[in-house]
Amino acid sequence: MIKFSDDKLEKVKGIIASYPEGKQKSAVIPLLHMAQEEFGGWLSVESMDYVASLLQLQPIEVYEVATFYSMYNLKPVGKYLFEVCQTGPCMLNGSDQIIEYIKEKLNIGVGETTPDRMFTLKTVECLGACGYAPMMQLGKFFREHLTKEKVDQIIEECRKNAALNN
Amino acid sequence: MSRKVLIDKVNIEGIRFYDEYRKNGGYASVEKAFKMSPADVVEEVKKSGLRGRGGAGFPTGMKWSFLAKPEGVPRYLVCNADESEPGTFKDRYLMEFLPHLLIEGLIVSSYALGSGRTYIYIRGEYAWIVDILEKAIAEAKSNNWLGKNILGTGFDCEIYVQRGAGAYICGEETALLESLEGKRGNPRIKPPFPAVKGLWDCPTVVNNVETLAAIVPIINMGGEEYAKIGIGKSTGTKLLSACGNINKPGVYEIDMTISVEEFIYGDEYCGGIANGKKLKACIPGGSSVPILPANLLLKTAKGETRMMTYESLADGGFATGSMMGSGGFIVLDEDQCVVRHTLTLARFYRHESCGQCSPCREGTGWMEKILQNIEYGKGKLTDIDLLWDIQRRIEGNTICPLGDAAAWPVAAAIRHFRDEFEWHVLNPDESQRRNYGLAHYADPLQTVTA
Repeated sequence: MIKFSDDKLEKVKGIIASYPEGKQKSAVIPLLHMAQEEFGGWLSVESMDYVASLLQLQPIEVYEVATFYSMYNLKPVGKYLFEVCQTGPCMLNGSDQIIEYIKEKLNIGVGETTPDRMFTLKTVECLGACGYAPMMQLGKFFREHLTKEKVDQIIEECRKNAALNN
Repeated sequence: MSRKVLIDKVNIEGIRFYDEYRKNGGYASVEKAFKMSPADVVEEVKKSGLRGRGGAGFPTGMKWSFLAKPEGVPRYLVCNADESEPGTFKDRYLMEFLPHLLIEGLIVSSYALGSGRTYIYIRGEYAWIVDILEKAIAEAKSNNWLGKNILGTGFDCEIYVQRGAGAYICGEETALLESLEGKRGNPRIKPPFPAVKGLWDCPTVVNNVETLAAIVPIINMGGEEYAKIGIGKSTGTKLLSACGNINKPGVYEIDMTISVEEFIYGDEYCGGIANGKKLKACIPGGSSVPILPANLLLKTAKGETRMMTYESLADGGFATGSMMGSGGFIVLDEDQCVVRHTLTLARFYRHESCGQCSPCREGTGWMEKILQNIEYGKGKLTDIDLLWDIQRRIEGNTICPLGDAAAWPVAAAIRHFRDEFEWHVLNPDESQRRNYGLAHYADPLQTVTA
């Protein structure tokens, strides 16, 4: 059985309190973000059912939201998820080459995860960093002005962090 | 030198935080507004001529005056921070570097509209900005600018930040409200408009981040003074986010009195085309507005200088003009391929279509596939007409403007760059090796000097 920590449950209460009484359905999007963060970087049916139970919603009300928004991962992903933008302004600044380079470097295709479950490569549509292109999202932050050298550094950094956490 | 009233203080160290912001005149507009009646605040905004900065350019004061005020029903102000239009990153800049400016604008606007619970709906990917905003809200609250009985006026207000989860469509105001209610972001049929039936069926105003930030200088200087900045109906200043193949991509505040040429080539702004190349084309207002070749971008079809104003950018309609839109200014240099660029935009809209209306759901997918064929040397000449036909059948036939937004870039690319599409089809092998180049789209000014 999965469950949020007491700290997180306090946070859930705060989120629900930000809406008028009886409107806790609004909390489904923030709670799904929390569940994804807490339970392995993706949303299993169990995680979604748990969110439904916290908000007294039917599970389907949570599934239909989870399947609509692109930030929710409905399948397991690697420890580090590279979300590389490929829309117009990034393309003008060489995002195609960056995506190719990451594929080559990690030896995976778009949408795939390395066998050690360390990296997943995903292409995404415009994230609002067009002036700092090409870019990708990694966790909470944007990595901008990407070059091949920067990609190398980021991969190295992830491997180091993973080794430290083990 | 362009006049700045929004980001003029952005380089002051510590302006992100309350103390420094307050020391530099922050929250003065709240003090001033609270001495006025809410109706008078709305009146100032009307006088300012401020137009919605999210893309549609609808007069803000008028939008506010449509807000229904039935007795005993709460009213809501929702700040649209879902900024997702490709080429646009100005709201991010405002929130990241001047969070208190937005909070100040939100307090004044909430007071004017009678919103006791105000939400900032921010795109999910701007995760770190949520922390910045929440910190600014906490600072404002501990300094008594939020909460109960603010400054002894009897006005109560709280501001909450709600994070989206990746959906361009949630920038459309009714989809945003659905999402804020915890549902899929499917746009609603209008009417009823949000001003009558919005968030949780209550009267609601949805405004863009930049629009709400602009309320601060409007109240500080007065609507009439603000209206003196700019030309004609393009009053005040506008934030532009410039990107693509330019020397200085970034966010610029302009008063609407400069020319497009000055904006692209001026050292104060984009600083010219990167790597000494020539200008080929530009999308001046975010990915959905029509792309223009250099010659039509710098001068209107009548041969007049094109200015960075709502009216001048739209001069000539869609035949020879474009739109100010969201201010996402995307520049393409001589080496860029218009077909490939249009393909990335078509893919974007296919990905972001919510799927409610068949013309958009199906049409965006067809457009992407056809463009893919043309780009990869498998197109036919009839495909170009087919593309034109599909975009025409999407435009105007959907619940929300995403259909139009998907159709316009394709239409404009064919309208102005048809020979480049034909070249791709007729030279399938060569087009895989090199791009079409500049052809006759060159900026006439550059051609003369070259």
